[in-house]
Amino acid sequence: MTALAWLIPAALVLGALGLGAFLWALRSGQFDDMEGAAYRALEDDPPDGEIR
Amino acid sequence: MTAHVPVAGFATASATLILAVDDMHCGACLRSVERAAMRVPGVDSARASLAAKRLSVTYDPAQTGEVDVISALDRIGFTAAPIETAKQDRGDARQKYLLRRVAVAGFAAMNIMLLSIAVWSGEGGDMDPAVAGLFRWLSALIALPTVVYAGQPFFVSGFAALKGHRLNMDVPISLAIILATGMSLYQTMLGNEQVYFDAAVTLLFFLLVGRYLDESLRVRARGEAQNLLSLQGGIATVIDADGTQRKVAAHALRPGDRLLVAAGERVAADGVVFAGKGQVDQSLITGETAPETVSPGAQVYAGTLNLTHGLQIEVTAADSATLLAEIGRLMMAAEQGKARYRRLADRAAQIYAPAVHGLGLATFLGWLALGANWQTALTHAIAVLIITCPCALALAVPAVQIAAASRLFRRGIMLKAPDGLERIAEIDMVVFDKTGTLTLGKPQLIDGEDVSDDLLARAAALAAVSRHPFALALVAAAEQRLGGVVPASGVEETPGEGLARTSPHGNERLGSAAWCGVEGDVSEGAEVWYVRGDDQPVRFGFADAMRPDAAETVARLKRRGFEVALLSGDRTGVVERAAREAGIDTWRAELKPAGKIAWLEARAKEGRKALMAGDGLNDAPALATAHASISPATAADLSQRAADFVFQGARLAPVVEAIATGRRAHAMAMQNFGVAAIYNIICVPLAMAGFVTPLIAAIVMSSSSILVTLNAARLAGRGRS
Repeated sequence: MTALAWLIPAALVLGALGLGAFLWALRSGQFDDMEGAAYRALEDDPPDGEIR
Repeated sequence: MTAHVPVAGFATASATLILAVDDMHCGACLRSVERAAMRVPGVDSARASLAAKRLSVTYDPAQTGEVDVISALDRIGFTAAPIETAKQDRGDARQKYLLRRVAVAGFAAMNIMLLSIAVWSGEGGDMDPAVAGLFRWLSALIALPTVVYAGQPFFVSGFAALKGHRLNMDVPISLAIILATGMSLYQTMLGNEQVYFDAAVTLLFFLLVGRYLDESLRVRARGEAQNLLSLQGGIATVIDADGTQRKVAAHALRPGDRLLVAAGERVAADGVVFAGKGQVDQSLITGETAPETVSPGAQVYAGTLNLTHGLQIEVTAADSATLLAEIGRLMMAAEQGKARYRRLADRAAQIYAPAVHGLGLATFLGWLALGANWQTALTHAIAVLIITCPCALALAVPAVQIAAASRLFRRGIMLKAPDGLERIAEIDMVVFDKTGTLTLGKPQLIDGEDVSDDLLARAAALAAVSRHPFALALVAAAEQRLGGVVPASGVEETPGEGLARTSPHGNERLGSAAWCGVEGDVSEGAEVWYVRGDDQPVRFGFADAMRPDAAETVARLKRRGFEVALLSGDRTGVVERAAREAGIDTWRAELKPAGKIAWLEARAKEGRKALMAGDGLNDAPALATAHASISPATAADLSQRAADFVFQGARLAPVVEAIATGRRAHAMAMQNFGVAAIYNIICVPLAMAGFVTPLIAAIVMSSSSILVTLNAARLAGRGRS
C-alpha cells in the first residue's frame, strides 16, 4: 500500500504537467493555424519571417 | 489569433494589424506573404494563418501603415484588406474559453476514472475501506474545482434562462452536475459508497466537447464571412483638396471625399461622377450585362466595375431615395423574418428539457412514495438526469455540422450562416438569377465562325487596347482561334462609342453601329461593328455565356425532384433564351427586387421552401427572403452578406453539392437522434427502477456520445478521396 502513496501523486503530477503544457500551448497561439503549421514544418529556411 | 507580443525589449511603439488575405492556399503562399510583409520598412513581425486566411502584422505606426503592407502584398499578387480587430477577437476568445475547460474537464475525468475504477472493482473484495475512503476524498479534491471551473458555461446559461423564466438544455445539465457533485460530497463525508464524481465530470467533459465544436463552427463561418466583406471593401484612392493622392481603406471613406477610380478598378463607395467619362459594368447592381456610359453627374454604386477610363467620383451619403437604400430596406424586413428560424437542437430542447425534469422529479417522488430514504431516491433521480442528459443534442448535432462544413470548405463552398446547413436540407425548389449566376456574367463572341481569320485578327488588334467587356471577349475569341493577338498602335478610344486608328489601309473603326457608320438595322445592342476604309462593315454579336455545367446542374436538380425556376431583372427575350438553354420551364423576366421577393413569398405561402441562388445587388433582398441562399464568390458584397453559402469557381455544381451535403448532415443528425432515442428508451426505465448506478449511467452515456461522434466523422471522411 505504501506504493500508492507516491504512485497516485506521481500520476496526478504527470497528468497536471500535460494539462499545463496544453494550456501553455493554447495561450501561446500554437493552435491558431493548424493548416499552416503542417507546411511550416517542411520549410527549409530558418524561421526568420516570424520574429526578428 | 492573438496579437503576437513584440519581442521583449523593443522600445518603439507598435500597433497590430490583421489582414484578410485572399488566395492564400499553400505553404509557399504563406511564406511569400510573410516575407513580403516583413520587407516593408517598419514592420516588426508578420505571421500568416493558413486556416483563417489572415495575416497578423505588428508594425511601428510612425514608420508605416496598413496601406503600405497591403500595397506590398498587392505587388506579389495577393489581395488583402484590414479586418476590424475588436470584432474578430470575441468569437475567438469564446472558443479558447471553452477549449481550456475541455482540457481541464478531460484531465479531471481521466484521473477520477482511474481512482473510481479501482474503488468499484475492489468493492466488496480485498480493498481496505480506508484506502477506498482516501480515493473518494482524492476524487472530491479533483472534482470540486473542476466542476466550479469547467461547469461555468452551463451554469451561466442555465441561470440566465431561469432568470428569464425559461427552460433550456443547460438547466437539466447544471442540475445533474450540481446534484451529483453535492450528493457525492455528502456521501464522502459520511463515508458511504454512493460516490459519483466520475459520472459528473465525465458528463461535463463530453458536453463541453459538443459546445466547443458548435462554437468552432460559428467562429469559422463568421471568420469566412468577415474575410469576404473586408476583401470587398478594399482600398480606395482619395484626392485631397490640394490635388495630392493617398490610399485609404474603403471603410474609412467619408461623404464628400473625392475618389480616383482607375480603369479596371471597382468603385469603392456610392457617389456621383464629377470628372471623366467612361463605361461602368453595373451587372452586379442591375443584372444588365451591357455596360453603361457615365459622364459627370451620373450616379455610380459601390461594387460596379469601371471599365474604360479613369473616373473621379465624389462620395455621397447614403441617400434614402437610391436603389441601394431601397434594397437595404427590403433586406432588413426579410432578415427579420428569417431570424425567427429555430435550429434543430433548440427545437428538440424545447420538448426534451421539460421531459427530463419531469422524469427526474417523478423518479425522486416515486421512490419516496415507495418508502425509500431520501438519499436512495435522490441517487436514482441523479442517475435518470445523467442518463437523459442530451448528448445527442449537445454533441452529435455540432459534430455532424462541423464535419459537413469541413467537407464543403474543401470543395470551395463556404458556409456563412451557422444554421444554413439545416435550412438548405429542407428546401424543395431552387430559384436561379440569370446574370452572373446561371451565366458567367461575361459576354462572349457568338457568331465568330462566320468571320475570316484575317478579319478577326484585325478587329482583335484594335480591341486589345480596350477594357470594354465586348473588346475583351473579342480578344479572348481571337486568342483561342489564332493563338495570339498583336495589339495595334495609335488606337484612340472614345468612351461609349468605340475605337479608331489610322492605318496604311485607311481608317479602322471598331465600336457601335453609329460609330462605324452603319445605318438602320438597330438590333438588341450586344454587338460591335468593325470597318476599314470603305469596306463593308462587319458585325460581331455577343451573348452572356452560360456556366459550363448550367444545363447539367439544372437537369440533376430536376432528377432529384426539385422544382427549378429562373427570376431575372433582364429583358424577356434574353431570359427566355437562357431558360431554354438551361432547361428551366418556369421563368420570370423584368423583375424588380421587390418583384422577386413577392414571387418567393407567394411560393412560401404555398408551403414551398426555396433555395435562392443569386449574385447581384438586386438579388440581395431575395437571398435574404428565401429559405436558404447561395451566391458565387463574384457576387456583390451585400449579396454575399445575405447568402448562407458562397461558392467559388466557374461551375454551378456546388449548388447541388451544398444541397446534398445539407441533406446528408440532416440525415445523420436524425440517425444520431435515433441512436439517442433507442438508448433512452432502454436506459431510462432501468434508471427509474433503480437498476443503474450513476457510474454505469456515465459509462453508457459516454459510449453513446462516442458512437454518435464517430457517425458524424463519416461525413467528413468521405470527402477526402
